[in-house]
Amino acid sequence: MRAPLSWIREFTPLEGIGVEAIADALNQLGLEVEGIDEPGRDVNGVVAARILDVVPHPDADRIRLADVDFGDGHVRVVCGAPNIEAGMVVPFARVGAVLPGDFKIERRTIRGVVSEGMLCSARELGLGDDHDGILSLPDNAPLGTDVREILGLDDAVFDLSITPNRPDAMGIVGVARELAAHFGSPFSVDEREPAPLFDEVAGARVIVEAPDRCPRFVALAARVVMGESPAWLQRRLVLAGMRPISNVVDVTNYVMLERCRPLHAYDLAKLPGRGIVVRLAADGEKMTTLDGVERTLSSADLLICDGERRPQGIAGIMGGAEAEVSDTTTEILLESAYFEPSGIALTSKRLGLRSEASARFERGVDPNNAGTGADRAMELLVEVAGAVPAAGAIDVYPEPIERKRITIRTERVNALLGTSLSRDEIAAYLTPLDITLDGPVDELGATVPTFRPDLEREIDLIEEVARRVGLDSIARTVPSSAAKIGGLSSRQRDRRAVGDVLVGAGYDEVYTLPLLAPADLTNVGLETDGLIEVENPLRAEESILRPALLPGLLRSVAYNVAHGAPDVALFESGTVFGLPRPGESLPAERHSVAFARAHHARRAPHEPDRDVDVYDATAALDALAQELRITDIRLDAVAVPGFHPTRAARVVVDGRAVGAIGEVAATVVDALSLAGPVVACEIDVDALLESARTDRMSSPVSRFPASTVDLAFVVDDRIPAAALQKTLAAAGGELVENVALFDVFRSDALGPGKVSLAFSLRFRAVDRTLTDDEVSALRKKCIDAVVAAHGAELRS
Amino acid sequence: MTTANDLAARAETTAREGADAFAAAGSLDELADAERRFLGKSSALNEIREAIKSVDGSERAVVGKAVSGARADLEAAYSARREILDGEAAALSATRDRLDLTLGPREYQRGHMHPVTRIGRELEDVFVGLGYKVAEGPEVETDWYNFESLNFPPGHPARAMQDTLYVRLGERESVMLRTHTSPVQVRTMESQPPPIYVVAPGRAFRRDTLDARHSPVFHQIEGLAVDEGITLSDLLGTIEAFIHALFGSDIKARFLPSFFPFTEPSVEFAMSCVFCRGEGCAVCSRTGWVELGGAGMVDPNVFEAVGIDPEKYTGFAFGFGIDRVVQLLYGVDHIKNLWDGDVRFSRQF
Repeated sequence: MRAPLSWIREFTPLEGIGVEAIADALNQLGLEVEGIDEPGRDVNGVVAARILDVVPHPDADRIRLADVDFGDGHVRVVCGAPNIEAGMVVPFARVGAVLPGDFKIERRTIRGVVSEGMLCSARELGLGDDHDGILSLPDNAPLGTDVREILGLDDAVFDLSITPNRPDAMGIVGVARELAAHFGSPFSVDEREPAPLFDEVAGARVIVEAPDRCPRFVALAARVVMGESPAWLQRRLVLAGMRPISNVVDVTNYVMLERCRPLHAYDLAKLPGRGIVVRLAADGEKMTTLDGVERTLSSADLLICDGERRPQGIAGIMGGAEAEVSDTTTEILLESAYFEPSGIALTSKRLGLRSEASARFERGVDPNNAGTGADRAMELLVEVAGAVPAAGAIDVYPEPIERKRITIRTERVNALLGTSLSRDEIAAYLTPLDITLDGPVDELGATVPTFRPDLEREIDLIEEVARRVGLDSIARTVPSSAAKIGGLSSRQRDRRAVGDVLVGAGYDEVYTLPLLAPADLTNVGLETDGLIEVENPLRAEESILRPALLPGLLRSVAYNVAHGAPDVALFESGTVFGLPRPGESLPAERHSVAFARAHHARRAPHEPDRDVDVYDATAALDALAQELRITDIRLDAVAVPGFHPTRAARVVVDGRAVGAIGEVAATVVDALSLAGPVVACEIDVDALLESARTDRMSSPVSRFPASTVDLAFVVDDRIPAAALQKTLAAAGGELVENVALFDVFRSDALGPGKVSLAFSLRFRAVDRTLTDDEVSALRKKCIDAVVAAHGAELRS
Repeated sequence: MTTANDLAARAETTAREGADAFAAAGSLDELADAERRFLGKSSALNEIREAIKSVDGSERAVVGKAVSGARADLEAAYSARREILDGEAAALSATRDRLDLTLGPREYQRGHMHPVTRIGRELEDVFVGLGYKVAEGPEVETDWYNFESLNFPPGHPARAMQDTLYVRLGERESVMLRTHTSPVQVRTMESQPPPIYVVAPGRAFRRDTLDARHSPVFHQIEGLAVDEGITLSDLLGTIEAFIHALFGSDIKARFLPSFFPFTEPSVEFAMSCVFCRGEGCAVCSRTGWVELGGAGMVDPNVFEAVGIDPEKYTGFAFGFGIDRVVQLLYGVDHIKNLWDGDVRFSRQF
């Protein structure tokens, strides 16, 4: 909503109040100022001057010399515009003047002739694109007067962002009312109901078949002379952001902008049946709106039809092309209606069709200014379109909408705002908003105007009080309840720990968009069934919700390869989406974490880099397990989609598969143009945190010496080292302090498919030094266990 | 028969010869050889000592004194030379083992937290300090939680303020990516009775293309306090407190009336620009103020939707963009930076 200050001042003088102060007030009132245009601010030193004589330039064909009188004297200027002639009054930029774009006017010599300034086009004054010739000023403009005054450029236009609850502020009158209340400035607006009321006007009738959707319909008629609007009217519309079209259309727009009162003018001669029928559309009914688009309607859409019931407009949104006023129009029917707001909103949304009118109707215009607004329009039509109004008016308003009554309790106002206002203070704040008040000492009966559909409940009036008091005047406190005990839950702390561990392990955290394309999944070897699809994606690349983090994460790895950083370690922590669980309506959301390392692990600068390998990934996983105190974690070597066939594993925690880890498959590396090798892991953090975890109780530390026993076993190399380790730890029982693999050896001498795994076992008791006999027995027990469980052979 | 004097003279000679040999030793090995020769078991000095037995008892003391004097001289000469040679050897090996410390460092992999995570945690911590717990809710929501329970009836123009991404589940347009974190308010009020003091950081979505200034996904933090006697004053003070905690106590908070369907009165809040301190600069579009978010007193309709008595309890709610705070505090002018995973960006944090 663009509100010119000069227009606002027609309703409240705001005397002695500057543009900045008014802008501040608008902000404080909740009518947010997004910008202030002061069209004349950049035009300095340009005055009205009369051209006395025009003579050819001695040395050039296209440019001429003009002698001008600017009130205080005469000068000669050089001018290239074709339209100048003696007698014209024009904008003259004197030497020293400054035009928009910080263009300083100096004395210049053009082809040997000195020019003492410049005559200006509309564009040079920042008044639009017209650069065809010098702007012509009114003949009676006093010479030497600043053109800003003559052109109305000494105005300021506030660009307001109006919240959807305030349709009244989508009119200049509404904005003026707010400012008048704020500054205590007088406020008045002329309003007259059209009279007398008849069943028909100029022989036309109105039938409203859907009164719940169109509670009021006012119609006036007039004979008009079509033409252009006068300059003042055009300028107002342009300042307010609308394009002048014709005098009749401009008047309807003017009244809409001024009073938030949308109107529509029909060419009465083109309304067959000479009348209006307001009815619901039939499903599938079609009509062409005046933007030339054929619209398909539904039975929820309200139509304005002619007397033969053929659609001539979509109510409150846009008229049709057929009965549009044009150059040939001589007789109009003026519609001023009130439509039920949510019906307009739904039709507008369904058709994807919005207009200045629909923006107002869907928020709720004043049903009770339909008559006065139509009257205001007719007054202007008489002035600018030579209108001859038909006698009387039609007003279909079977159930007039009354002003609402609301009770507002003094104590409740103060309890909500933290203020200590009296009843009378509250009354004084509300009265200037056209709210009338009565009632006993501790509460008020408020009667609220119908142009404020947002005022329905006590709380709505309390908000008005807050606005009027001013938020700056309200004290700033914090709640003092003893019930406030802040903190993170253990789950939230654990999630933070997951991120901390990975950062500590050298991984950089990234965020990737959770919206993917199915191809992102197939690229990394994932299935595309069971996906959650976006109904209205803006791009096909963002048509599903991610079921896993790795597709996005690997894309980030690729991004870095493409930008010259192939050696990366990245992780992401976030939500992944699956189909709803049985009986649920929302997708299953899980918190997942994925990490990946790529290409080289750098050592020192003078040492050769090494390729990353799966043990880089398992190291990070191990760190996570330690931090989260997860002990029952195992890696099951199975084929995992998207991973190297024999260098990957399922991560199994507490007997439950929670993720996968390994080297990313060569096909994936190729598909994403990664720099291999890439190792990666993705874990369902929720599952991880739900599994069994050791408690935080500490164990005593032994003060007795340890006995170390080294054992090497020859086993089938398909047997995971971790299995032997687990067997040894179990066999050693609580006396085994540590089992560490320290050598892996393969040789033909061991036999094909055999491997030697050497473990160092450290035994220790908490309460004594172990005897040689005890250690021998433990050693034997461990050997026997491994031999029995894994078909191993002790290597001597 | 050797005389005592002979023996004493030989001891002195040995001592002299030995001292010369030690001094002449060019390496620790040569010194060890010389040491064996002059101080070892079969050294001349040992022979002299053995020979004492053949000397008259009365004269043995002379020889003994000469031998021990010679031994002391020899040991002193050895030690002196040893010290020099040890020093030379140490210097040699130090030269040989020299390391250029500027060759390093060996790459110590420190990872980097995403700036939105960092600021999100800071915000949580500020509110935890003010006595709030952290609440969570799903990113995909039903129409009830995202709109209707928050007082956005169907067809309400305020819905048009949100450009919603719907999900293909259930009835058409009944399930959506949440357009704000406010549904967490409703879920929290449904799941526990007042008093409630929570913040809910999380993701929200809108139908936008990722570019320098927009993203289909953004981060918000939502706050909710419901208790007896909560006032608009408390809301303004709480927002001012967190602005002071996060940006410094010299930064001012500004409140203007606004509109949200689920709060009334509604306000939007801004802080004085952290860069120009309110003077006006490019960051604050020369206004001196940086808009942060929206807030208000919980609308009685929302309380009714969750079964809380609005006559007994009052509450406030607020929400603002975390990405915006990240942009301000870290000078990030390009939203896409937050989503590319470019390590040249993330390694700065």
